[in-house]
Amino acid sequence: MDVAEFVKPDIDYSTLAPELVLLVTVVIVFAVDLVSERNKALLGTITGLGLLGAIVPVLLMAVEDRGLRDLFDGAYVVDDYALVLKALFLVSGYVVVLLSMNYVAEGDYWEGEYYVLLLSSILGMTVMASARDLVSIFLALELLSIPAYMLATWRKRDAKSNEAGLKYYLMGVFASAIMLYGMTLMYGISGSTKLTDIAEFTGGSFAGEPIVSLGLVFIVVGFAFKVSAVPFHTWAPDTYEGAPTPVTAFLSVASKAAGFVALINLVLIGFVGTEDVYQPLFFVLAALTMTVGNLIALRQTNVVRLFAYSSVGQAGYMLAPLAVAGASDEARADSIGALVVYLLIYGAMNLGAFAVIIAVARKTRSGETSSFGGLFEYAPGLTVVMTVFLFALAGIPPLGGWFAKFVVFRAVVLPGTGLGYALAVLIAVNSVIALFYYARIAQLMWMQPVPDGDRSPIRVPPSLTGALAICCIVTVLFGVAPGLVGDVGQFARLSLAL
Amino acid sequence: MDTFLEEWGPTVAVFAPMLGAAIMLCIPKEAEELHKLVSLVTSLAVFGVLIAIALEFDYGAAGDLQFTTNVPWISAIDVRYNIGIDGVSLPLLLLTGLIVPLVFIYSWHHLPTPHNPKAFLILILVLETGMVGTFVAQDLILFFVFFELVLLPMYFMIGVWGGEDRMYAAIKFFLFTAFGSALMLVAFLALYFLADDPTFQITELPAEVAGISRTAGLFIFGGMFLGFGIKVPMFPFHTWLPDAHTQAPTQGSVILAAVLLKLGTYGFIRIAIPILPDAAREWAPIIGGLAVVGIIYGALGCLAQTDMKRLIAFSSVAHMGYTMLGIATLTDFGLNAAVMGMVAHGLITGMLFFIAGSVKDRFHTLEIKRLGGLLVTAPRMGWMLGFCSMASLGLPGLAGFWGEFPAILAAYNPADGLNEVVFRVYMVIAAIGTVFAAGYLLWLLQRTAFGTPKDEWTGHEDELTDVGRQEWLAWTPLLVLILVLGVFPQLIFRMTDGGVIQALRGVTELAAGGG
Repeated sequence: MDVAEFVKPDIDYSTLAPELVLLVTVVIVFAVDLVSERNKALLGTITGLGLLGAIVPVLLMAVEDRGLRDLFDGAYVVDDYALVLKALFLVSGYVVVLLSMNYVAEGDYWEGEYYVLLLSSILGMTVMASARDLVSIFLALELLSIPAYMLATWRKRDAKSNEAGLKYYLMGVFASAIMLYGMTLMYGISGSTKLTDIAEFTGGSFAGEPIVSLGLVFIVVGFAFKVSAVPFHTWAPDTYEGAPTPVTAFLSVASKAAGFVALINLVLIGFVGTEDVYQPLFFVLAALTMTVGNLIALRQTNVVRLFAYSSVGQAGYMLAPLAVAGASDEARADSIGALVVYLLIYGAMNLGAFAVIIAVARKTRSGETSSFGGLFEYAPGLTVVMTVFLFALAGIPPLGGWFAKFVVFRAVVLPGTGLGYALAVLIAVNSVIALFYYARIAQLMWMQPVPDGDRSPIRVPPSLTGALAICCIVTVLFGVAPGLVGDVGQFARLSLAL
Repeated sequence: MDTFLEEWGPTVAVFAPMLGAAIMLCIPKEAEELHKLVSLVTSLAVFGVLIAIALEFDYGAAGDLQFTTNVPWISAIDVRYNIGIDGVSLPLLLLTGLIVPLVFIYSWHHLPTPHNPKAFLILILVLETGMVGTFVAQDLILFFVFFELVLLPMYFMIGVWGGEDRMYAAIKFFLFTAFGSALMLVAFLALYFLADDPTFQITELPAEVAGISRTAGLFIFGGMFLGFGIKVPMFPFHTWLPDAHTQAPTQGSVILAAVLLKLGTYGFIRIAIPILPDAAREWAPIIGGLAVVGIIYGALGCLAQTDMKRLIAFSSVAHMGYTMLGIATLTDFGLNAAVMGMVAHGLITGMLFFIAGSVKDRFHTLEIKRLGGLLVTAPRMGWMLGFCSMASLGLPGLAGFWGEFPAILAAYNPADGLNEVVFRVYMVIAAIGTVFAAGYLLWLLQRTAFGTPKDEWTGHEDELTDVGRQEWLAWTPLLVLILVLGVFPQLIFRMTDGGVIQALRGVTELAAGGG
């Protein structure tokens, strides 16, 4: 057998700068944690600075218009689409750090390891944004998942948290295995791990072969676990409820976004020409996910579980554009743009809602929705921002969520197919169902009395205030001037419709 | 000055309330008088701008958009900040501009519990931005955003300041209207993508979508029908209305009745009919049918009510039925009547809800059988109630007549291509509806205003005061206008006529083409 001689690849380190900064931060946090026993408070700050530092090269690359940068023979691509997503992961990671600071310090949990794992997971996500090759996708996936399994069990003295982590771990590994099998099939038909090479076979000489469909279904099912699509969502509510709330926020936003990014990369780049298979598959997944997620959310009394199911429902809206993505190249680019825009806005609203949940739980020590009763009487500021996040999630203009819904509607209606219109109507019906449970929380806060009559004010630590401010400003800004994020979505479509 | 008004007038009218609300956010909660003052001044400024626009308005070209501004808003998806005013929007703008300051005057001493003037008045200002914005928007997405903007403030107004069953009423109102508007948005997007040259501009769309298939047109019209029809509300989507009205605070009821319901009917005239004349013609018999069912159902509903506010709410269902019947005829006669009906209903029903609110303030109940002898305890208020009931039942010489009678008459001779027999049947049913209207309104008057006060009120005579100073201030303009428009309906018709002819251009061309 002819074994090619190893050639050292030419690495453009400036392209890898965000990842390198994260890596250095990991090392620093580790070192500081080892050396210093007293300065635990420093760890969160360093982590936050590291994440902000990693955004700098992302911005520089976005400003410096050099078009496509690819490394490792096209296995690792940095284009505008990847940069937008990296920025999303880094900023939402930063917000999660802000959410975690007091939570981890006051809960007497290991701090150094917490931030190291969080950073590693974010590192995996930034890699995922650029991965265009089966191996790098799998590497990124494991890098972002394994730390997350451990983070979910961080409330180590609580059986529920242990259950959360174990369930997440078992389900996650199971999903990885299924997906890996799909990937081997893809490699088997094409002899290459590069997505663009694979696309030539799936849409070319292997078009219509059952093995392609099999590989596709395995991969989609694997990631359906990751994005908690029904019927592969069963881990999500238990994990979300048991995990520390900042970690839940992280899982429901960043980890889910990473799953969607992998889906986009694999299916829309690697499986070109198989729309007959993936469109119906995503249609069923999207329809089931939004309907089941929203209906079950109606019955929840625990606020974190409610948001777990609401985020399942939201995942359904995000899956919807994929169900029509194969109609034309334009539709493909448009669904990717819609999905990315949705992820950006959803990240801001959902992280914001979790920030309020964490702030309220600091006082009430309760996860029940009833603990929000009469919040307006003693925490009017928190009530107003929570109202903003709730109705943004429900998609009421002029708050950010309406534009996210709008681009999804736009993407599914664009190809003019019956399936697309059916999905649009389904999303409309689901928005109303979702509105009911979001409005119910608003109702509790504004219109109900305080359950235990304790009207002492909530002390919100500065880091949480910062997180709330970031999320609230982003949510409102995207609603009033959606041009900002609209153009961002445009980037995404341009660089993929190459 | 004129060019400033020309370029900036409508924009100022839309966003001045937001500016006022922003100022009020910075004022501490305790400065209640200041909050009242700022909100009143802001709304008067808006009204002033709208009056100036009305004075500058070129009535000879009422069919054309005037005072236009058209700049890109979200260029990535082709959405523009495109606003303008024509003969259909002008009377509704003036109505909005008038009602809001009156509500603020009334609120001076009539704030509902829980007392929180800052939040309450800010919500009304946000509502005003939504209402004015909807009436000037000429871009579908801009229209949608303003149309939805009114939901949140109204939800909180009913839910926080409402009556006993306020939470149920608030969420019902919210869910019904949100459902309609979600489907409406899908319809708008479908229009956009099916257009020859995709656009959201309301004025350009009729030409661009002229070629779409019949089925697509019918479905898209159906989506808009749900969005607008729920807002009107048309039978059978009306069930949110009595609950919302009964539970809302007086100010909320007045704004809801006077302006919010008109957003739906306005949507038909501004968007649905001009853009899809073909589908409108096929839907017209259904709309007309539901309209007359609404007239009779609303009237029968009124007869069964024991609560004064709920009765007025059901009478709204009936009155909006006349408006929708006028629209369904697709004639300029009918549409003129519809716009007139909207304005008249806004003035009259708004006034009735004001009176109901004041009655509630004094008697602490609106149960009709416990009221009575209003003419004895508070004679002026009793007379006002009588006056408004007469106007509401369509007495000639008062504003209500010009909304009802021409709408019925228009059904005698609907647009070409519509089935005359069907519409004449509608006409007869609608005419019977006026008899019912006289019935329930006179019955209401008889049971609340006539007779002697019930025994339970003896000893409470001091509390049952007559119309107070704030009430006079807030109500006189409405009472005067009801009379003036009754005598000179031409004041409204000369604005609307050009506008409705423009709105019906598509229908007229279809008929001329032998369609």
